[in-house]
Amino acid sequence: MKILVCISKTPDTTAKIAFTDNNTKFDTSGVQWIINPYDEWYALVRAIELKEANASAVIHLVTVAGADADPIIRKALALGGDEAIRVNAGSQDSFYIASQIAEVAKTGGYDLVFTGKETIDYNGSSIGGMVAELLDLPYVSLATKFEINGSTCTINREIEGGEETCEAALPLVVSCQKGMAEQRIPNMKGIMGARTKPLKVVEPVAVDALTSVAGFELPPAKAGVKLVDPENMEELVRLLHEEAKAI
Amino acid sequence: MSVLIFIDTADGHVKKASLEAMSYGAKVAEQLGTVAEGVVLGTVTNDLAALGKYGVKKIHHVAKDTLNHLDAQVYTKVIAEVARATSATVIVFSNNVDGKAIAPRLSARLKSGLVSGAVALPDTGKGFVVKKNVFSGKAFANVSVTTDVKIIALNPNAYPIITGDGAAEVVAFNAAVEPGKIKVTQVTKASGEVPLTEAEIVVSAGRGLKGPENWGMVEDLAKTLHAALACSRPVADAHWRPHNEHVGQTGIAIAPNLYIAIGISGAIQHLAGVNRSKVIVVINKDPEAPFFKAADYGIVGDAFEVVPKFTAAVKKLKGVA
Repeated sequence: MKILVCISKTPDTTAKIAFTDNNTKFDTSGVQWIINPYDEWYALVRAIELKEANASAVIHLVTVAGADADPIIRKALALGGDEAIRVNAGSQDSFYIASQIAEVAKTGGYDLVFTGKETIDYNGSSIGGMVAELLDLPYVSLATKFEINGSTCTINREIEGGEETCEAALPLVVSCQKGMAEQRIPNMKGIMGARTKPLKVVEPVAVDALTSVAGFELPPAKAGVKLVDPENMEELVRLLHEEAKAI
Repeated sequence: MSVLIFIDTADGHVKKASLEAMSYGAKVAEQLGTVAEGVVLGTVTNDLAALGKYGVKKIHHVAKDTLNHLDAQVYTKVIAEVARATSATVIVFSNNVDGKAIAPRLSARLKSGLVSGAVALPDTGKGFVVKKNVFSGKAFANVSVTTDVKIIALNPNAYPIITGDGAAEVVAFNAAVEPGKIKVTQVTKASGEVPLTEAEIVVSAGRGLKGPENWGMVEDLAKTLHAALACSRPVADAHWRPHNEHVGQTGIAIAPNLYIAIGISGAIQHLAGVNRSKVIVVINKDPEAPFFKAADYGIVGDAFEVVPKFTAAVKKLKGVA
């Protein structure tokens, strides 16, 4: 079984969000970069668990980014990927990225493509669905559990107010979220081994982006907290009812 | 030309998020000088004509029961067919569970630009620019869509439901429906009565509650407010509460009208999942809890004393004993 795990480089969850160049570019100064948590904790770790249960499984990682993504790719390899492919291109839009990943997936002949449910920077939730469409494969999104028996997959996915269990055959594209696996820390053996694992760099295919970011905005600052006496919950209810009109 | 809205259902009922999508789509149609139409798939128990009050003039219904469960691959082909038949120039989804599965596929299929997580009407003054949520609620991006057909996935609770008069014309749409490749074998609804992502009010609790046995007072408050229940990550990780109640950066992101956080310190990762809430109430005994900086109303006090009093005060307002 060949598994392709899509990973993305994102700012750390605690990074300060600010913009430069007249609010058209994300201010990267002082930002720590990480593997997008949904890609790492859920998609990649679940893929590693599948490989641990089936020694013949192979995990490839793919990312669409410049060479500045190499440290996070090495970290992902340290966790457990077998080899990585970096499509050497800057990020344009979701469709551009998905098209590059679909191209890699087509040539690699994968049985399973895992993505995180979204990136924590663009919050697009789009790559998995777009890749699935470009490959004309079934797509299970927002998966919380994934089991495989032969070529039949049993998957739990989120629905409004609950979950449903479904079955699908390989090949398949799945977007992963909480519940799929638990976060892991790479061990020393993994870190040493990652240095020599293959990291292939391929050039992008020509694709036109469908959207572009014209600019960014920060939300207006909160007016500040209004403290209410803990002995006077009638006052809180009055404020919520009359002032905030929230209840 | 038209604005086409995907009307999403669960168990045959139109979801609240779709009422928002219809209200939004009707406004976009007005901006563009065209009409709003809807597409609905599978068996529906609602009176579809009555959805006209949300501004849709015509609803295309593909009533095949094989469409009762989501298979994004199959849904996408059907919606693409309806979009072509109605010459849709804008296609609107809710950015809910189903919208996240279908809208990206449709975007790739039609080579039409998608803005997912939209929070405002498009700016059509110069081009077509839609404001969307980015950086997990910490910023917005204005995204320009350059293709002829535009697809928008509207964040739940980002646009009001607007009701007017009128009935929609309901027409059966005869689409070729392929057999799906995803078979749903079991559906499990969470214990709470209100789905978390659709809830107007969310009551959430954290480690400050000390243990799962203390959730009774949180459930009482939620029930009194008709609110959904949520929790912080440590609570879900400790299995005090189910994972599907975990809100935050790595859990579910929500944007209710009112978010009440009890015994949650407000780490930046938690805030990323709830900072789009319109009003935030924080109850915490630690006056230094970072959550107070993001709150509208704060109560510095012991949750075990404050929460029952809060519930009693809400009951008094609502006139229930």
